[in-house]
Amino acid sequence: MREVRFKINGEEKVVTVESRTLLVHMIREQLSMTGTHIGCDTSSCGACTILIDGKSAKSCTLLAVQANGKEIITVEGLATAEGLHPIQEGFKENHGLHCGFCTPGMMLRAIELLEKNPDPTEEEIRWGISGNLCRCTGYNNIVKAIQYAGAKMRGAELPSTEPEFV
Amino acid sequence: MIPEGFSYAVPNTLDDAFTLLKEFGEDAKILAGGHSLIPMMKLRFASPTHLVDINNIPGLSYIKEEGGYLKIGAMTREADLEESALIKKKYHIFMDATKLIADPQVRNFGTVGGNIAHGDAANDHPAVMMALGAEVEISSPSGKRTVSIDEFFFGFYTTAVQHGEILTEIRIPAIGERTGTAYHKLERKVGDYATAGVAVMVQTDASGVCTKAGIGLTNVNPLPLRAKRSEEALVGSRLTEEDIAKAAQFAAEDCNPTDDLRGSEEFKRDMVRVITKRMINKAISRI
Ligand SMILES: Cc1cc2nc3c(=O)[nH]c(=O)nc-3n(C[C@H](O)[C@H](O)[C@H](O)COP(=O)(O)OP(=O)(O)OC[C@H]3O[C@@H](n4cnc5c(N)ncnc54)[C@H](O)[C@@H]3O)c2cc1C
Ligand code: FES
Ligand code: FES
Repeated sequence: MREVRFKINGEEKVVTVESRTLLVHMIREQLSMTGTHIGCDTSSCGACTILIDGKSAKSCTLLAVQANGKEIITVEGLATAEGLHPIQEGFKENHGLHCGFCTPGMMLRAIELLEKNPDPTEEEIRWGISGNLCRCTGYNNIVKAIQYAGAKMRGAELPSTEPEFV
Repeated sequence: MIPEGFSYAVPNTLDDAFTLLKEFGEDAKILAGGHSLIPMMKLRFASPTHLVDINNIPGLSYIKEEGGYLKIGAMTREADLEESALIKKKYHIFMDATKLIADPQVRNFGTVGGNIAHGDAANDHPAVMMALGAEVEISSPSGKRTVSIDEFFFGFYTTAVQHGEILTEIRIPAIGERTGTAYHKLERKVGDYATAGVAVMVQTDASGVCTKAGIGLTNVNPLPLRAKRSEEALVGSRLTEEDIAKAAQFAAEDCNPTDDLRGSEEFKRDMVRVITKRMINKAISRI
């Protein structure tokens, strides 16, 4: 057993884990933060995506002990007292989810994407979320949600949230 | 899925890592990006009893040109390659390849050293490194040795890196004048390993005669494969359509793909032919 010290959503934690404990299990089972999902458990779907020192990562493919000294953000850390994070607002306003299973991972991945590229093209967004699978939406509204969040974060004019019928 | 139990150590210096590797013996494994090793441990294809995590050792992550070489530190992440100004400007083949390696989250962790040290012909860097004529620096308590990429891969998951050693740097002859590079792999979907992949480097003299060629193939042979006859068909030629078609045909004949879920042997050979031709043309267009 090993002690792991890290910050999660701004809060310092010390957790005792086995070396083989996966980060996603520590987050879900030991910290009871179940917003980080397990979809495939084989590094493919992105449902378990978190930010670790600002980098999006699949927490089913990291060991909990690797989090030592790091700063983690999960979906639980996005909203503040002032309200929703722009990415959450984007998903809400644009119907960026149906069942919502992929949504936490999508949002955390999108945050890193927008940090590196505040005004991405549709193509860049689609490549940027290529490690996250959604079985419901068909991705179009996820792309719009990320464009909306990008505009909001840059302080640009918000794109229309009217649904498009094609 | 959870790996079998193991002890975990995270040294802060290379020397400490060597000491731990020696102490733990044969059953120890190095943990770099972990994006090949951890999935294998979860599936219990690998069950090391000790993990030596080299992520805290400073000085192993860099991309620089020095002394006529492009030097890539073993712990350089795929994402670092993708974002490097030097790579964007001169080493187009890495821009082609990294974009096709897994997905953004995996590229945030997977390292270039680990991609090669894993010793898997399905990985993309081995063929790229072959095309570029890379050398691999391997460090141990007794010093450093350099191995040509052609002598690096031994068998399935086995490389020139011996127990107790650490791969520390990849060196590539700096891309000079009139040189073009390109990589492409056919994949079923984003994040998939190659159905077939081809890496190409060509250099010409001022009159347009090919003076140097490197061609590496991904996932169509038990080991990463250098397409020797294809290279020979290009060197000394004027890179006419006919020369290129010949080189592509040789690559298709000389690889050894197997039937699997990604396609039949026949299909893969044909894809090697098509992609080799396209990548030679793409590399030429970048000269
Ligand atoms: C979903 C998914 C899709 C992927 N798709 C692709 C793809 O399309 N193309 C591709 O090329 N790869 C792909 N990969 C593999 C990925 O690129 C890995 O990151 C890479 O193969 C290994 O690098 P790593 O740093 O993660 O190594 P690790 O997993 O940490 O290590 C791999 C092996 O190499 C050894 N090792 C690592 N570093 C060193 C070193 N410095 N010295 C000595 N030994 C060392 C380890 O002991 C281990 O045996 C994919 C991975 C995933 C999870
Ligand atoms: S659960 Fe981690 S990638 Fe699917
Ligand atoms: S909303 Fe259901 S998987 Fe994406």
